[in-house]
Amino acid sequence: MTRFAEKNTAITGVGMSDVSRGADKSALALTVDAALEAIADAGLTRADIDGIATWPGERADGSGFSPVGCAALQDALRLEVGWYGGGGEAPGQYGAVFNAIGAIAAGLCRNVLIFRTMYEATARKTAYANSLLREGQRQAGPFSWYAPYYTYAAALQQALFFNLYVHKSGIRPDQVGQIAVNQRRNAALNPKAIYKAPITIDDYLASPLIATPLRLYDCDVPIDGAAAIIVSRMDVARTLKNPPIRIGAIGSSMRYRNSWTQLAELDTQAQPKVAEMMWSRTDLKPADVDIAQLYDGFSFHTINWLENFGFCELHGAKYFIDGGHRIALDGDLPVNTGGGAMSGGRLHAYGAVHEACTQLWGRAGARQVQGDPQVCATSTSGGPLAGAMLLVRD
Amino acid sequence: MVARTLPVIDRDNEAYWTWGREGKLAIYRCAACEYFVHPPVPFCPRCESRDVAPQAVSGRGRVVTFTVNHKAWVPDLAAPYVLALVAIAEQDDVRIPCNIVECDPETVDFNMDVEVVFEPVEDLWVPLFRPVTA
Repeated sequence: MTRFAEKNTAITGVGMSDVSRGADKSALALTVDAALEAIADAGLTRADIDGIATWPGERADGSGFSPVGCAALQDALRLEVGWYGGGGEAPGQYGAVFNAIGAIAAGLCRNVLIFRTMYEATARKTAYANSLLREGQRQAGPFSWYAPYYTYAAALQQALFFNLYVHKSGIRPDQVGQIAVNQRRNAALNPKAIYKAPITIDDYLASPLIATPLRLYDCDVPIDGAAAIIVSRMDVARTLKNPPIRIGAIGSSMRYRNSWTQLAELDTQAQPKVAEMMWSRTDLKPADVDIAQLYDGFSFHTINWLENFGFCELHGAKYFIDGGHRIALDGDLPVNTGGGAMSGGRLHAYGAVHEACTQLWGRAGARQVQGDPQVCATSTSGGPLAGAMLLVRD
Repeated sequence: MVARTLPVIDRDNEAYWTWGREGKLAIYRCAACEYFVHPPVPFCPRCESRDVAPQAVSGRGRVVTFTVNHKAWVPDLAAPYVLALVAIAEQDDVRIPCNIVECDPETVDFNMDVEVVFEPVEDLWVPLFRPVTA
């Protein structure tokens, strides 16, 4: 298994800006906050950073979806890097990490600053009602097939897949709702979370339907904020101040029709092949995983990842999450321990990596999972986009 | 109701968005092996033929999955409405996003038989589907 390049890399520092429903500073300023915190956390200085990466790269369209790219941050921090990369044509948000692993393996860099910034809370108060469509403008590309049908948000596409999953699995709304309830319970213990007030299953069932069967409490929260991680070459990582968090295995795949309409299995999306690839690159098994930070753009994604990572049977999540005990902080597999994107804010899987490292370093305070967790499964995305990482404390 | 957002028209998608003028749903098909290729590209991924061109299909299909949207994403959007993926009768892996119209949204179901209707919008004919009644 040592032949895989990710095994020669580790996360050595993490950082996160203030996360809010409307920031009092610019997106670039938030990004600088997260980046400087991550660099300092790793015990490095700006001069040590020789690579920089992000997903999906700068989209200067006012939507807040990705307002800051590599060039803006590199210049703000005056970094001298041997390699940089950003772009949306990658296996989900972790594509930036996978590219960095390749760059480190190629000898282009040793300490890569990877970040994700979102400014959607502010954007939605001003120009944008949603992130997919612009009024009066014709659409090109993959979303042009959906655009004429009042498909104003990813929520509608995911509701299509989620409805099929509910139809096939027979999961009940009160079971789905355990994802939201568990994450809100965890968020109450996370000072950076957006929503901390507890919710019950009854609250979940009373929350507005967005698009059947998707309810408001199934959705992540648009925010202003930035998260950053430092990925270092392993020999460098072992000289730094934190115990390295090894990238034990990655999963990225295009071994399916990469399409929002023609995916073979809409209800499992891209995830089975991504999970299969990740497990093929490690000797670890699902039973070895202590905690899981599973993508939760919508609660459906988290349910999907539980099944496709093999923590339970396909269509068996309804039993696994029923009652919410097994996924709780003191359960068999604590899930989305910081509140995830649904209660913590939409840092788009980088919040999940930040929380994974926080837990593996034993720094999670009141929400720290007991028993010294050492292995965390993390994942990104839904639809045809997906990526996974198994993180292991050295 | 709010205006539909329209696609940019290019060589490959033009037939799909315009053949509705003649009441026809155009799907690319390989002349060599008869495989339907969608989204349209003039190459057959099954037999590698380049002889792939739009052909009118029956316009019948089944609802693979659907959702009833309740949220008013923009002002004046009339909810609820149904967004669905319909597989064409000729080939189940050709899936078409659409609205299911001419029925109560609550009556739409998985595997429901549907047929195409077209709504002219500007210079295009947008394919929609309605339940097959008989």
